Amino acid sequence: MKNKRLIQTILRNIVAWLFSLICLIPLLLIAVNSLKDKKASAVMNLAPPTSIHLENFITVIEKGKLARSFINSLIYSAGSTILCVFLASLAAYVLSRNQTRLHKFMYMFLVLGITLPVNYVALTKVLQFLHLNNTAIGIILLYTAMQLPFMTFLIHGFVSKVPVELDEAAVIDGCGPIRLFVYIIIPLLKPAIATSAVLTFLNTWNEFVSPLYFLNRTEQWPMTLSVYNFFGMYYKDWNLVCADIFLTSLPVLIVYLIGQKYIVAGMTAGALKG
Amino acid sequence: MNKKKIYPTYFAAGALIIYFVLFFLPGIIGVGYSFTNWSAYSDELHFVGLENFKTVFSTDENYMKIIMNTLSFTVITTVLKNVIGLVLALLLTKSIKLLNFHRGIVFMPSVLSTLIIGMIFKSILDPKTGLLNTFFRAIGLDFLAQKWLVSTNLAFGSVMGVDIWRGVGYIMTILIAGILAISPEYYDAAAIDGAGAWQKFRYITLPLLMPTLATTTVLNVIYGLKVFDMVYALTNGGPGKDTTEVLYTAVFKRFGTGQYAVGTALSSVMFIIMIIIGIFMIRIMTKNEVVE
Repeated sequence: MKNKRLIQTILRNIVAWLFSLICLIPLLLIAVNSLKDKKASAVMNLAPPTSIHLENFITVIEKGKLARSFINSLIYSAGSTILCVFLASLAAYVLSRNQTRLHKFMYMFLVLGITLPVNYVALTKVLQFLHLNNTAIGIILLYTAMQLPFMTFLIHGFVSKVPVELDEAAVIDGCGPIRLFVYIIIPLLKPAIATSAVLTFLNTWNEFVSPLYFLNRTEQWPMTLSVYNFFGMYYKDWNLVCADIFLTSLPVLIVYLIGQKYIVAGMTAGALKG
Repeated sequence: MNKKKIYPTYFAAGALIIYFVLFFLPGIIGVGYSFTNWSAYSDELHFVGLENFKTVFSTDENYMKIIMNTLSFTVITTVLKNVIGLVLALLLTKSIKLLNFHRGIVFMPSVLSTLIIGMIFKSILDPKTGLLNTFFRAIGLDFLAQKWLVSTNLAFGSVMGVDIWRGVGYIMTILIAGILAISPEYYDAAAIDGAGAWQKFRYITLPLLMPTLATTTVLNVIYGLKVFDMVYALTNGGPGKDTTEVLYTAVFKRFGTGQYAVGTALSSVMFIIMIIIGIFMIRIMTKNEVVE
């Protein structure tokens, strides 16, 4: 009986490692090959590099214009994260506190966007009309629009847990609606705001469909799109492609390592309620 | 207290306006445009009735195949992600060393860019130099070394495989949360009654996990119908004619070739389907909120 338990435990650990390896190997492959020279990386394998070629990264930053696209990505992601989280908290707050039919309808309408597909073709018409084609502002607003439904849903769940008595006390003390929101509600929503900020940042950093449709000039491209373009041009230099992939994924991995708790909380928020 | 004064509705205006103008409105306008001959080649716009929808649903064109591809992608990845995700969740809620490490690693592909994952797997699945085939040859299983993304028989399966690799960690994470929410008392009581591991799973875990499985199914279905990144990066619809083409890659191609009207008609078909699914999903999600 004891032996059977032991074997079971060992087996479980082995299977867990197997799954983890399946998830890790592709990433290891990139890391290892980004350090090799062109010839060694032609057969993409996991053999450790015989000589370290850190100059790959410098080549990629220059040839792939990574500095430019890094700044672009940062502007798009940071801009839409700030805007989206701010607007989503405001909306989630009033749409949760007011429980009239109209407010409920507005909430449902907004949250419906979680499932809806974007009609990119027709979106060009709207963007042309607003003169937002090929502009950073356009991309930021677009990302905001796409992320708003889920983030509002996420924060809405937290607002309903903040006791209304606090609002009442603040109002009796002479708080106006804006001060009440800024000084009482926002501090209490900090975990929700952190979660939605990390998620919005990740989602927008990885997004490339809108730039694909709406940004024609390469100097406006975010990192994901320029790495793909680089791949098309240098598909024979896998060492460089790997170095580019590595540098593009690095910000995401860092955010994941730091904010793992928030990411998991946010991505499972909808399902946890059952 | 006067709610109108303390919780002014205009607080929600910013979110509602941006969402409406840049997200919902294009969907509605798109339905309108799908009844026209809008294209990159003429400036005049004419009403053509159901012409574009006839094109989309006619048997001469390949759109039915594209729609079927999208549906089979959705069904197959949904089922497999749920099954594998459940196995992983059950495994990673047992006593295992470095539990959080394993959970973190399996979840990691979900935060990476799909486009980049596509590029990585293009290398791994390369018939000659790819890591997967090299591995099969090294362990003497040469017959398993296939032309994954190049053969018309295997390409779609390979795309789905990569997508399952990418998405299963997310599903697992949700299911782990669901399993941990089940009260241990049920298991204690079952153990006293002499239930084995399988019976505990069959009669406690599975029934109590059903709401969570419903949610992961809905999430997977929404994702599957809208899939674009993975297919675009791995095969872009090929090899051959429309082997792995799905709705969103088809829309993108019509956009590229200037056939805006057909593109927007395809999008509109999606839009209507998703509104119906969306209303159904919101019922599930907000019902749970009320129970809480």
